[in-house]
Amino acid sequence: MLEIKNLHVKLEEEDKAILKGVNLTVEAGKVHAIMGPNGSGKSTLSYVMSGRDGYEVTDGTAALGGEDILDMDPEERAAAGLFLAFQYPVEIPGVGNMTFLRTALNAQRKARGEDEMSAADFLKLVRAKAKDLKIDADMLKRPVNVGFSGGEKKRNEILQMAMLEPKMCILDETDSGLDVDAMKLVSDGVNALRDEGRSFLVITHYQRLLDHIKPDVVHIMADGRIVKSGGPDLALEVENNGYADILAEVA
Amino acid sequence: MGALKQVSQAKTNATEERLARLTLPQGAGWATEAREGALARLRAMGLPGRRDEYWRYTRPDTLVQPSAPEAALFHNDEGPLFDTIDRVKLVFVDGVFDPDLSDDPALGGVEIERLSDASQADIHWSKDLYGVLETDGQSHVDRPFAAMNTAFAGDGIVIRATGKAEKPVNLVYLHKSVSSDAILHHVVRVESGAELTMLETGPAAARFNKCMEVDVAAGGTFHHIRAQGRDHERRAVTHIFARLAEKSVFKSFTMTANGVLTRNEAVIDITGDDAVAHIAGAALGDGDFLHDDTVFITHDAVGCESRQVFKKVLRNGAVGVFQGKILVKQGAQKTDGYQISQSLLLDDDSQFLAKPELEIYADDVACSHGSTSGAIDEEGLFYLRSRGIPEGPATDLMVLAFLAEAIEEIDDQEIAADITDRLESWLARRRG
Ligand SMILES: Nc1ncnc2c1ncn2[C@@H]1O[C@H](COP(=O)(O)OP(=O)(O)O)[C@@H](O)[C@H]1O
Ligand SMILES: [Mg+2]
Repeated sequence: MLEIKNLHVKLEEEDKAILKGVNLTVEAGKVHAIMGPNGSGKSTLSYVMSGRDGYEVTDGTAALGGEDILDMDPEERAAAGLFLAFQYPVEIPGVGNMTFLRTALNAQRKARGEDEMSAADFLKLVRAKAKDLKIDADMLKRPVNVGFSGGEKKRNEILQMAMLEPKMCILDETDSGLDVDAMKLVSDGVNALRDEGRSFLVITHYQRLLDHIKPDVVHIMADGRIVKSGGPDLALEVENNGYADILAEVA
Repeated sequence: MGALKQVSQAKTNATEERLARLTLPQGAGWATEAREGALARLRAMGLPGRRDEYWRYTRPDTLVQPSAPEAALFHNDEGPLFDTIDRVKLVFVDGVFDPDLSDDPALGGVEIERLSDASQADIHWSKDLYGVLETDGQSHVDRPFAAMNTAFAGDGIVIRATGKAEKPVNLVYLHKSVSSDAILHHVVRVESGAELTMLETGPAAARFNKCMEVDVAAGGTFHHIRAQGRDHERRAVTHIFARLAEKSVFKSFTMTANGVLTRNEAVIDITGDDAVAHIAGAALGDGDFLHDDTVFITHDAVGCESRQVFKKVLRNGAVGVFQGKILVKQGAQKTDGYQISQSLLLDDDSQFLAKPELEIYADDVACSHGSTSGAIDEEGLFYLRSRGIPEGPATDLMVLAFLAEAIEEIDDQEIAADITDRLESWLARRRG
């Protein structure tokens, strides 16, 4: 599904290399997790995948379903099935959450040559999905993420994911700032979307989230590279011993 | 007008050159006195010049020059605004009332007359207002174009709401001559407890000077929604003078898309306790465009609320101006005054000039004002695009979001939806 080869990325504004040769393949239907110390480049990887400005790819490739995505605009990547649940979801005053969701959904359908969804069908769908995530009517009406608590923002990300039904979901620290109940809601939301044709890349600091969203493969990222990959046990190892041992081992 | 001051020779000359093209309407009945008084006022202050402080950001030259600069007609394929709203249309062509194009002015709860007819009546309610609110509005700053309007207005209507108006009154201003120079003066009186919604649509003329005096009696409600017409080369200087009695409500919203020069002045005197005055504007400019909102709100009563919300979207060198003042007089306690003026600059060539002012002589008041100027929020834009919304529509969404606070000042949802529609299509056209 997602194939990243030898990806090197530096900041556009300064000569600072952040990703230094990332290799990663997420197969269809699989859940991969990336763990790693702060500043190791996890968010950068997710931003570069989704097409955010400010980064320069100096080497390597990234393909989604066999198609090179690095030259695509962010909206093209989204229409191709990529979705990033942001570590810090953005507040957009003045744009209603519902309008936003509907515009996004129909823009993607249009880009894929599909018919727009009718207002009635959309409403039915969004209500059902919102209910599962305990998102009330008020949250749907309010401007995107404005005045939402940390947990509400993260649930709103999952709602968008559920509505847009992407093929490749990248979740950047979706667990940060969540209490136990919210964590359960969010994980249930993600698990409900698990499907043979859908892949996940779950970025997290903690094993906690991976108790709920069971990964197939766990990667450790450090200083802009994937330094170790393994099964779910690797996450437990990190939880118990921290990163020091692993980093020492690969150094 | 303050202390009598010497008008410079240059200014007098410019004023007289302009006046040479105008004649006081003959047989104006009781209005003759008001018109002659206004002419004297105008001569005493002179038409504005470049050095006038109140015209610091907006060059008045083309509004002052003897004849109107030509303005190409704009062929609009959109159909009339508010067309699905049941309303009484009063149509003016290049500043002249056209009864044939207009609806029957009979409307429950409202009396509508042409100014020239009203001024023939021996006794008429509008006599106490015509040029009177305008004169009051000259007390802090000179507004020579308004005096000129009172003196020379070629047409206009007087409207009195005695109850709840059955439907909105829509003044439709058609522009059909490339060199028309129109002066219109309307008088509105909303009686105690009455309600009236007035819509104004269209460019009106190549050069348009419009003055509207609005007197809202105790407990009356006046809603005003205006769309100034998309003709690129048109020029307009407009004044609203409003006087608000106890517990009255005045709400005015203006949408301006295009127009090479627009100066909208609003002078609102809150004279009765617990009154509410809101004035808002959404302006969209692309290229050769200057839009100036100049507002002066006086609180002279207890427990009143005023709100100014002005938003401007500027691109390709368009210029936005805002001069807004809240004056809270001694004794106007519990005043709640809010003023925000913001511009969204879509490139580095466009600019926004703002002069917000507060002058407060009461101690128990809550007044706030703010003015900002900025670009589209890149983070927000990326967020929208990452969800699949292409850059163009995503930018439009951000622009509409920026304008939302102004549009929210329109109470009627149907009217607000029509306005939003027009804003959306204006934005969409810029993307081709
Ligand atoms: N826009 C940026 N400007 C400056 N430094 C940045 C920027 N983006 C990322 N970095 C730096 O790149 C490194 C990796 O950051 P990030 O990808 O956020 O790491 P992680 O998500 O693993 O904590 C850090 O040293 C961070 O400071
Ligand atoms: Mg991060």
